[in-house]
Amino acid sequence: MSAPWLVVPVVLPLLMTAVMLLCERWRPSWQLPLSLLSTLLLLAVAVALVRVADTETIAVTLVGNWKAPFGIVLVLDRLAAMLLLLTAVVALASLLASVTLARRGPHFQAFFQIQLAGLNGAFLTGDLFNLFVFFEVLLIASYALLLHDAGARALRAGMHYVIINLVGSALFLLAATLLYGVTGTLNFADLALQLQQLPAHDQGLAQAAGLLLLVVFGIKAAVLPLGFWLPATYGAAPGPVAALFAIMTKVGFYGVVRTSMLLFGAGEAALTGWGAEAIFALGIFTVAFGAFSALSSVRLTTLIGSLVLVSTGTLVGASTLGEPALAGALFYMVHSTLAMALLFLLVHAIGLQRGAIEDHFAVGPAVAQPVLLGSLFVVGAGAAVGLPPLAGFVGKVLMLSATVNAPGAAWFWTALLGSGLLALYVLARAGSLVFWNTQPATDTAAPLSWPSAAGITVLLVASLAWMVLADPATRFATATARQLAQPGLYIDAVLQTAPVPPPGKEH
Amino acid sequence: MTAWLVASALGVLTACGVWLCLRARTFDVVLGLTLLSYAVNVFIFVMGRLSFEAPPIVRPGVPATLAYYADPLPQALVLTAIVIAFAMTALVLVLALKSRFVNDSDACDPVLPDAGTPAKRPPE
Repeated sequence: MSAPWLVVPVVLPLLMTAVMLLCERWRPSWQLPLSLLSTLLLLAVAVALVRVADTETIAVTLVGNWKAPFGIVLVLDRLAAMLLLLTAVVALASLLASVTLARRGPHFQAFFQIQLAGLNGAFLTGDLFNLFVFFEVLLIASYALLLHDAGARALRAGMHYVIINLVGSALFLLAATLLYGVTGTLNFADLALQLQQLPAHDQGLAQAAGLLLLVVFGIKAAVLPLGFWLPATYGAAPGPVAALFAIMTKVGFYGVVRTSMLLFGAGEAALTGWGAEAIFALGIFTVAFGAFSALSSVRLTTLIGSLVLVSTGTLVGASTLGEPALAGALFYMVHSTLAMALLFLLVHAIGLQRGAIEDHFAVGPAVAQPVLLGSLFVVGAGAAVGLPPLAGFVGKVLMLSATVNAPGAAWFWTALLGSGLLALYVLARAGSLVFWNTQPATDTAAPLSWPSAAGITVLLVASLAWMVLADPATRFATATARQLAQPGLYIDAVLQTAPVPPPGKEH
Repeated sequence: MTAWLVASALGVLTACGVWLCLRARTFDVVLGLTLLSYAVNVFIFVMGRLSFEAPPIVRPGVPATLAYYADPLPQALVLTAIVIAFAMTALVLVLALKSRFVNDSDACDPVLPDAGTPAKRPPE
């Protein structure tokens, strides 16, 4: 099925960027409405695309009308649709929350939209080289957002972030072209077919390329030992930007899933299912590292950054334990991304009310609105830990029940339950330090600003919706895992899409 | 012989790039990233196989197989890669300069002047 409208999630934000930059000089006040309009449209498009993906078809767009594997393809399967919707929701919250921040320097909204274009493109693209290009697009925008209105701390963290990602990009190019050199193609579907029929003497090279890709996606997903940059970077990013970055680790997770399920998951060839044990072990180590990193944090933002590591490790570990566990992981991914984004916004708001001490765990002025922020913090912490009744609990139960008989169950159960317990302890301690161990509030602390409140509201509503819709959401996640476990569907959909005949020659 | 030369040049470039990337000063790291991206660019080019006097465009009368042509795709890919690497190098240079003036040090890991105490931030 050919679907030309799949370009919309990529082209729309880029178009808006162009319009915004053109009228930036004489109508600076138009930037926010335009950016908001674009994000709302993206949300609507993402909802429509989820409905399309829910009809069991994989939609394909042949950009340039070349038959695959030639030319560029955009592919919408359930996983891509799910991530597009998640991106749009988090983006809306982050955009609302960043209204004040955006005014502190030029081009914030433009970079924000470019970031969205990169994210959407990375989820939709059907070939490896364009995945690289969209990674660069989203990274260069993320550098700018991270360093927007940056102080010395953000500058240092930003430097580390840029350098490690540049090294990652170099490795990505090596991996992509190595696969091209071995198979002669870059299209995901065609690559999956070619890797099945690879002669024995080329398999070592393909494995090397696969491992390089794992390193690259490991850097993005912040999997141990490549994730040390994450707590510092997210801690130094402005709150609304950190909330948007909650989706960035999911790009790495998406890459790991796409590579292991599609490229190295198809057929019964020698390379099928290869490397799953290594990915599982890295996931478990990441959970452990994240939990202990949270334990040793001295401020709230790095604490939340460490919890992002825990969530990433859980997802990566669970994704290798079979189809039902992957379904649970996908369900949990949406919830945990929303919860992390919520916590980043909240911690930003808390930090603003505590004067010079910000979000450090030290005796300082009390927040000006202890009841409001405290209750929100309890909700956010409960969501992050996965306490009932929020959807994180359902996600954890799904993952645990799916892995009872899995080979790595002992490790996975210990990691998931132990990290949950540690996170609960750490968040409870953080909450009591910040809200109870205080001096009188400063008179200058402003109440929760409306942009922050709006962003937090969007994320709260989205988390509640995910909880209320747990039944259809679980079915969608299960169907997504089933679709991913059958890479043949993806391959056929891409390779059998016929180009549109040129106008005038139709009959 | 050519393959050996290209491969060893790639190895030397990568080794120098990695070594410089691991150093503690931003200028060295920027140079290291540049060397690394040179190595990557040559690698991309080589992945289309080394060929001599073979055009990348189909000529009439010559069979359209890679035995008679250079693979055009890596040449297109390498252009994209060069542009991106160039832009990123420019960005990291600007960042390094800014870091140099803000922190008064060109270390990758500068000791922040107010290490340990929270930084001042203007109220929102």
